Amino acid sequence: MRFMMFMYPEISEEDWSPSAEDVAEMSRYNEELRKAGLLLSLDGLHPPGEGARVSFDSDGGSTVTDGPFSEAKEVVGGYWLIQARSKDEAVEWAKRVPGRACTVEVRRVFEMEDFPEDVQAAAEEA
Amino acid sequence: MADAARQAIEAVWRIESARLVAGLARMSGDVGVAEDLAQDALVAALESWPRSGVPDNPGAWLMATAKNRAIDLIRRRRTFERKQEELAREVGMRFAMDRADFDAALDDEVGDDLLGLMFTCCHPLLSPEARVALTLRLLGGLTTAEIARAFLVGEATVAQRLVRAKRALRDARAPFEVPGGEELRARLPSVLEVIYLVFNEGYAASVGEDWIRPALCEEALRLGRILAELAPEEPEAHGLIALLEIQASRLPARLGPDREPVLLLDQDRGRWDPLLIGRGLRALERAEGLRGPLGPYGVQAAIAACHARAATAEETDWVRIAALYDVLARLTPSPVVELNRAVALTHAFGPEAGLELLDRIAAEPALRDYHLLPSVRGDVLARLGRQREAGVEFERAAEMAGNSRERRLLLARATNARNMIDQSPLAEGGEGEHGREQPT
Repeated sequence: MRFMMFMYPEISEEDWSPSAEDVAEMSRYNEELRKAGLLLSLDGLHPPGEGARVSFDSDGGSTVTDGPFSEAKEVVGGYWLIQARSKDEAVEWAKRVPGRACTVEVRRVFEMEDFPEDVQAAAEEA
Repeated sequence: MADAARQAIEAVWRIESARLVAGLARMSGDVGVAEDLAQDALVAALESWPRSGVPDNPGAWLMATAKNRAIDLIRRRRTFERKQEELAREVGMRFAMDRADFDAALDDEVGDDLLGLMFTCCHPLLSPEARVALTLRLLGGLTTAEIARAFLVGEATVAQRLVRAKRALRDARAPFEVPGGEELRARLPSVLEVIYLVFNEGYAASVGEDWIRPALCEEALRLGRILAELAPEEPEAHGLIALLEIQASRLPARLGPDREPVLLLDQDRGRWDPLLIGRGLRALERAEGLRGPLGPYGVQAAIAACHARAATAEETDWVRIAALYDVLARLTPSPVVELNRAVALTHAFGPEAGLELLDRIAAEPALRDYHLLPSVRGDVLARLGRQREAGVEFERAAEMAGNSRERRLLLARATNARNMIDQSPLAEGGEGEHGREQPT
C-alpha cells in the first residue's frame, strides 16, 4: 500500500527556503528511504504566497485568489509518496523525518479496491 | 496501549530486521546464528518497549541487545573444547571491535551487509524455493506463516525449508560476503531470479483478495529497488527493476469488473499507473546507460516499455518489439520466447511471418502441453482467413487450457472462427506477448 507523508512546516514565507544544512539533513533522510526501496516520489513546494487558490461555491462556480493569503493556515511544504506494509510502518518512517517545528501527516492513498463497487464501475466508465 | 506498542515494535522490526540480521551475519559469519540473535533482540524489545517506550534509535538498541546476547553466548561456550574457544574468541573480537552505535556505521558498510545478506540468501547451492523462503524471511522480515500463505504450502514445509537452507549454508561454510567483480556478476542471476519469482508469485495469482499477494509484488519491488541501489553498476539489476515497475504499473488494469483477467492489448491504459511506468522507464534508461548490452531482464523491460509508451494498443511499435524478441531469443533461447516472437512478427510484418515461425516450433516437446501454442496458431490462421483450421486450433487450445475462464474464451473464439467473424486481436497478456515466460 501507499502512503503520502505531508510536511507542514511552521515557518513564515520569508523563511520558507531551507538552509544548506537543512537540505543536507533532509537529503540523507530521503536517501535512506530510497535505499530502503520505499520511496516512490517526493517534492518540495514553493511557498503558498507564490501560488493561487481556486475555490468553488455550492453551485460549482469558481473564484481564483492569488497569493499571498492573509489567514495563516497550515500549509503544505512538501510531500513524500512511499510504499509501506502498514500504517505503523509509514508512521515509523515519519518519526524519522529530521524535522523541527513542523508536522508530518501520514495518509493512506486510496486504491481502486478500497472503493465500493458502484464507484469502481463509475471509474471504469470514464 | 500494549497493542499500540506491539504494532510500533512490529513496524520497527519490519524496517530494521534485515539490516540487523545482515550486520550480525557479517560479524558471526552465519545467517542462522544472526537470525537467532536478532530474534532474541526482538523478544527483548517486546518485553521492554511497552514499558519504556520505543527508544529514539530503535535500530541501534536492537543491535546493541543482539550483540550482548552474542557475547553471553560466547562466554557460555568458553568451557567447550579449545578449538571452539579460539573460534569464540575470534568472533568475540570481531564483535568487540564493532561499534555499538549501529547508525554511525558507514553507510557503505550497512549497504554491503545487506548486499551480502542478499547474496547469501540467494546462494546458488540452495534450491530456488529455499532461496525465496530465506530471502523473504531474512530480507523481507516475513514470518514463516506469511511465507506459507504466500506460496500456498504448509507452515511446517516452509519451516523445514528454512532450517535446511541455513544448515546447508553452514555445512558448505559459505562465506558471508559480497562477491567481488566477476564473481558478483556470475552470482547476480540467482539473486535476480529470486526477486523475479517473488514478484511473479504475487502477480500471477488472478484469484483471491488475500492481502499477501499484492504484498508480494510490493516486496519484490522493494528488494529490486534496494538491489539496484546497492549494485548500481550492474545493468541487469536496473533491467529487472525496470521490468517489475512496468509490469506492476498494469496491476490496476489486469482484472475486469468480474475479476476476470484482461489481456494486455485489451487493457484500459488509463488505469496503468503512470508513476510506476515513469520509474520503470527511468530504470531502463539507467540499464541502457551502463557499459555493455542489455541482459535478458533489460531486454524484457525494453519490450514492456514499448507497450508502456504506446498510448493505444494500435500505436504499439511491433517492429521494435519483434527486434527485441530476436535479441531475447539469442540471449535465452527457449520455445516460449519463440512463441512470443511469432506473435510480435505477426503484428509487425503480417501473419505469414508469424506462421512461418510457428511451423518451425510446432514440434517442440516443451510446447506439447502448452495451450498458448494452438491459441496463437489459431489466431494467426484466422488472420490469414483460414477460419476452419483456426477453429480446430482454438478447440485444441481450449482442451489444454488449465482454467475454465480461459477455456470458455477459447471456445468462444473457436465458434467465432467457425462463423467467419474474426476481428479479435491476438490473445495477449502478461509480459510475454500472450503469456508470461520465465527467463532462464
